[in-house]
Amino acid sequence: MAIEPARLVTFVGPSGSGKTTLLNIIGCMDKPTSGEVRVAGTRTDTLNRRQAAAFRGGHLGFIFQSFNLIPVLSVYENVEYPLLMISPTPAPERKERVLRVLEAVGMTDHKDKRPDQVSGGQKQRVAVARALVTNPQVVLADEPTANLDQKTAQRIIALMRQMRDAFGTTFIFSTHDPRIVEHADEIHTLEDGRLVKDNHDITGGAAHA
Amino acid sequence: MRSIFKIAFRNMTRYKRRTILTSLLIILGVTMVVLFSGLAGSVKSMMIGLITDSNLGHLQIHKRGYVSSIDTLPLNLNMNAKGYDNATAALERTAGVESFAPRLKLGAVLSNFVESTNVRLTAVDPAKEPLVCPGLASRLVGEPGGITGSLLEPGQIIIPQKVANGIGIKPGDTVVLVATNRDGSVNGMQFTVSRLIEDIMGPSGKDAYMHIDDARSLLRTEKGEVSEIVLRLTPEADLKHVAKQIENGLGEFKNKQDKPAFEVHSWADLSPFANIANMIDLLIITVKIVMIAIVLISVLNVMLMSVFERIREIGTIAAMGTPPVKILALFVAEGFCLGLLGTATGIVVGVAGLLGIKASHVTFSFGRMDNLLLRPDINLTELAIIAAMVLAASALAALQPAWKASRMEPVDALGHV
Repeated sequence: MAIEPARLVTFVGPSGSGKTTLLNIIGCMDKPTSGEVRVAGTRTDTLNRRQAAAFRGGHLGFIFQSFNLIPVLSVYENVEYPLLMISPTPAPERKERVLRVLEAVGMTDHKDKRPDQVSGGQKQRVAVARALVTNPQVVLADEPTANLDQKTAQRIIALMRQMRDAFGTTFIFSTHDPRIVEHADEIHTLEDGRLVKDNHDITGGAAHA
Repeated sequence: MRSIFKIAFRNMTRYKRRTILTSLLIILGVTMVVLFSGLAGSVKSMMIGLITDSNLGHLQIHKRGYVSSIDTLPLNLNMNAKGYDNATAALERTAGVESFAPRLKLGAVLSNFVESTNVRLTAVDPAKEPLVCPGLASRLVGEPGGITGSLLEPGQIIIPQKVANGIGIKPGDTVVLVATNRDGSVNGMQFTVSRLIEDIMGPSGKDAYMHIDDARSLLRTEKGEVSEIVLRLTPEADLKHVAKQIENGLGEFKNKQDKPAFEVHSWADLSPFANIANMIDLLIITVKIVMIAIVLISVLNVMLMSVFERIREIGTIAAMGTPPVKILALFVAEGFCLGLLGTATGIVVGVAGLLGIKASHVTFSFGRMDNLLLRPDINLTELAIIAAMVLAASALAALQPAWKASRMEPVDALGHV
């Protein structure tokens, strides 16, 4: 299967169907037992540990179900982290990019707060900002709305659509959440590790399997 | 690097109580070492200073074989005038020698016409002796501020205070010294007690003092004969290096057996206190090892727990693409920061403790010396060594947990419950 750029793609399926494993394989954190994986033009299933880390840092963003923000850093510092530790960026540009994504996710007013001082929805916004600050081509999100209430989840989904449009980023989700599914450009259903149903191009996009 | 240290420092604040407890242990260890090094080192330096400045000098030159028989004060192993001249000529050429003085050592019977006792005597040149042993004057009873006029005039003798008390002698009294000469004959002379002197530890610490010319008359020796030459070195001179230089300079002089005619001994070769000084050094090293063990165990324990508690977070930063080497650096920096906090505080507390002890003018006794003022001190080099040891131990202790963190697979770490 192939996924075109600037798409909101979801993988759905029951627990144990292989959604997270597939995301891990795309995210260079796991290797397929057979076949090839190419992400952003690079064959990733043959990368070693160090190369895989470098590839993730340069091309991928991650959003986690439990937000996984670093609790000792402020909102601003959490978003700044990838530009300091992963893709070192000069200070002026770093500041500009961090403020730009914080503005985009509506968290500028909370930038000096620690993660434990903001709500779950706000944490996920920060996580989205952190995933986007390095301008990745692909953002992988494993159950990103599972811990959010209805209203917040809708906001996050809307935010991701907005980011997709603004930055041309491809979002790939694993989810059970119908709220995401109904907004996806493509829906792929997995069962027992197999792709059993493709419903791509539901929004008229150019995706193809 | 700055970012790594910033994050590492923030991580220390995550579990404040644990950080405080661990830091307290490190502070305790560092304080203990600073206090012990300051106190023991100062006592050692003070005792060495006391011994060298008021009795032994820094180095001594003897005729070969004299020191091994020194308990009997062998008159037949004294240097003759030619030997003395040869030795002093070599000393004049040696850099690092500040001053030197001749001495003649002898044993005699001291009598105040009522009682008598055996005494050991050091006969000195009163003009040269204060230059090699400037602390000698401070041992004189009733003259702590130093002496006015000459240390000794011909016909005068300085008696150890305890000997004087034992047989009832006081300054101004007339005493008789009776000494056996090299040929076995006996000679006696009268002297006036000019001063009393306090004892000091060491081989000649309980000697009486007399004029070297008087000793030569009493012993009926050749003019210019001496038992030893005492040297004082310049403050910047390295004792071992100067001793070697002197040995080389004296090497051309051989005895009848074609062996070196002279022997050079440092104060440490002559004083039993050198063994105590070595023991003090050993104790300081032991305390430092205990401190390192405290630091290693404390930091290792904290960092192991820290890694275990943050496995998911490690998975997160690894998944985001943080290079393994930076994950390693983050945890090593955290251990280092923990050590830095403990070291800085421990040094401040330790130095404050030393200043407090210094300000309180504590006195102590050592052997038969009383009222020695404790003046603890520690130099910056020693503090830097202690700090470097703790920081290195902290980073080393954090290395294993940090390595473990850097080797974690993101998938496994993110799935950790």
